[in-house]
Amino acid sequence: MATVKDRAQAKAGSGLNDDIGEEKRLAMYRTQVVIREAEQRAFDLFLQNLVKGTSHLSLGQEAVAAGFAGAMKKGDLSFCTYRGHAHTLARGVSVEKVLGELMQRDNGLMRGKGGSMHLTSVDHGVMGSYAIIGAHLPIACGAAWRAQYKGAKDVSVCFFGDGTTNIGAFHEALNFAAVWKLPVIFVCENNLYMEYTPIADVTAVEHPAADRAAAYGLERIVIDGNDADVVYRTAQAAYDKARAGGGPSLIECMTYRHSGHSRADPAKYRPEGELDRWKQRDPVKIYKERLLQFGVSEKTIAGIDAEVRKMVDDATEACKAAPVPPVDIMTTDVYADGGWAWRN
Amino acid sequence: MAELTYRDAVIRGIAQEMERDPDVVFLGEDVAKAGGVFKATVGLFEMFGPLRVRDTPISEQAILGAAMGAAMTGLKPIAEIMFSDFIAVCFDYIANEFPKSRYMSNGQVKCPLVVRTGNGAGSRFGAQHSQSVENWCMMIPGLKVVAPSNPTDVIGLLAASVRDPDPVIFFEHKSLYATKGEVPDGEIVDKLGTAKIVRPGKDATILALALMVPRALEAAEKLKAEHGIDCEVVDVRSLVPLDTQTILGSLAKTHRLFTVEENPRLCGWGAEIVSIAVDEGFYDHDGPPVRITTPHIPLPAADNLEDIVLPTPARIAETIRRSLNS
Repeated sequence: MATVKDRAQAKAGSGLNDDIGEEKRLAMYRTQVVIREAEQRAFDLFLQNLVKGTSHLSLGQEAVAAGFAGAMKKGDLSFCTYRGHAHTLARGVSVEKVLGELMQRDNGLMRGKGGSMHLTSVDHGVMGSYAIIGAHLPIACGAAWRAQYKGAKDVSVCFFGDGTTNIGAFHEALNFAAVWKLPVIFVCENNLYMEYTPIADVTAVEHPAADRAAAYGLERIVIDGNDADVVYRTAQAAYDKARAGGGPSLIECMTYRHSGHSRADPAKYRPEGELDRWKQRDPVKIYKERLLQFGVSEKTIAGIDAEVRKMVDDATEACKAAPVPPVDIMTTDVYADGGWAWRN
Repeated sequence: MAELTYRDAVIRGIAQEMERDPDVVFLGEDVAKAGGVFKATVGLFEMFGPLRVRDTPISEQAILGAAMGAAMTGLKPIAEIMFSDFIAVCFDYIANEFPKSRYMSNGQVKCPLVVRTGNGAGSRFGAQHSQSVENWCMMIPGLKVVAPSNPTDVIGLLAASVRDPDPVIFFEHKSLYATKGEVPDGEIVDKLGTAKIVRPGKDATILALALMVPRALEAAEKLKAEHGIDCEVVDVRSLVPLDTQTILGSLAKTHRLFTVEENPRLCGWGAEIVSIAVDEGFYDHDGPPVRITTPHIPLPAADNLEDIVLPTPARIAETIRRSLNS
């Protein structure tokens, strides 16, 4: 049986082939621009003290979200971490809903009850953003188990950072998924840092996810996570494998976050020049060049950029004008009866 | 009616719900082919097959996480955590994930699952396989917490838990597995959040849970026979939701309140109930409410030591007699 890597490469062929097609490429470009603009706006609004609490941005990591979302089918499920804005937006959740939640307004995705780290939109297949490292890997296994049990064809994908590979739940979930042959894809976004510490300083192997794949009988897959086409092809192969009953995949995407770990982190621990080098491989820049190579006009690209910027501007204004959540939702939805009563 | 052990009631309860609803699935360590280390799941694998009754690795986080993912997306999983002490290694799901997902998502995410677990002392297993940890769960908003004391309640409350749309932690008492009781034929479905007066009385109210219920009943008989003290015993059954009305009603009748708790002293379930009873039933008390608990120590393994640290019928009776006479 061809491996995920073989299939991704077979689809890629050589050079500037067009296995992906213009429509898909334009969609993946737009997704990356939406994430870039919305995340940058979140940062600006934080500086104005309008984004509250914490926020973990995916600036620089847009291609992973766009590539995977591009390969998903309706009904596929996403499980994200606290760095989950990108994956939520990539499934089509509106910028206004996301920014509204970050600004803790009543128009937010969860009306301000969850906050930046817990973006959830079940209607879009975004089954939650989890802020306890590693917790969602077993949860994604459970959703995949349901698909397997019901004979449904949906696949669950679970995104996490390089730091997650060192927590016990990672090991439990990978083994569990492999033993039960579950239709789940584990995606490690290796951005080189676990919070403030280089991942290499705290990990026994060079590739924290891929170098451990053999322990679960899985293929070793490391890809360029800044090239949405590469991500898309690899994702498609993994989805095909999962839907065919071939079990889980573990994919390590090499990428880099342009900002700090969270809003509190200026990222001063990075060596001189590292950020500049990675900015040469900025996923949005790479993809713009890709579109031009495939004959998409500057005008079309500029049109997408302008449309997205206006959408983000409009969303920002809508959020600024939105009220804070009403006090009465404070006690709703603790229990399934809609309330919070724990006694009679 | 048929006589059934508490252990066989667990099997019957799970089977009743799995027969009723094909979305009910069951997973845990050694639960399928081996029938469970306490033999409380024997025959389920044969009845419902390998797709619905599944053995897992020793991976408590994976067990509870998988149960949650399945529950979120449409199944009604029952997960077993072999010993309730092991809740500590998967507490993230119990404390952070199950009970908060609905709230944080503003009602989008559901989590209808049951975690069954072997709780309590009496087996000489020592401090890491004998604890009563229902209070670990009682303190978390969003969970429901149930602990049956007899075979009929096992079936009825388990059925109610499986049918409940919220996450329920279901504490089975290891020292009750071999005990027997008369169980009605046919489907049994009880209601969560209902305490039960298991012995009516007029002089004092004794609140008890799980293994402490038969001990409280024995103490009540002793007090009646030896001292003419007539105690009302209330089986609390469900800590969340908590049936405060039955408890306060009993207090209003007897005017004295005692709790019998297997958990170590600090923050045991009785502390919360006493606080409610003082706050809302202040003028009903003819004397101070008294908590009878295991002392605040890890549990010893030796049989003679384990026997005296748990509340015994003799200690319960003596504490109540002295308190009523003072």
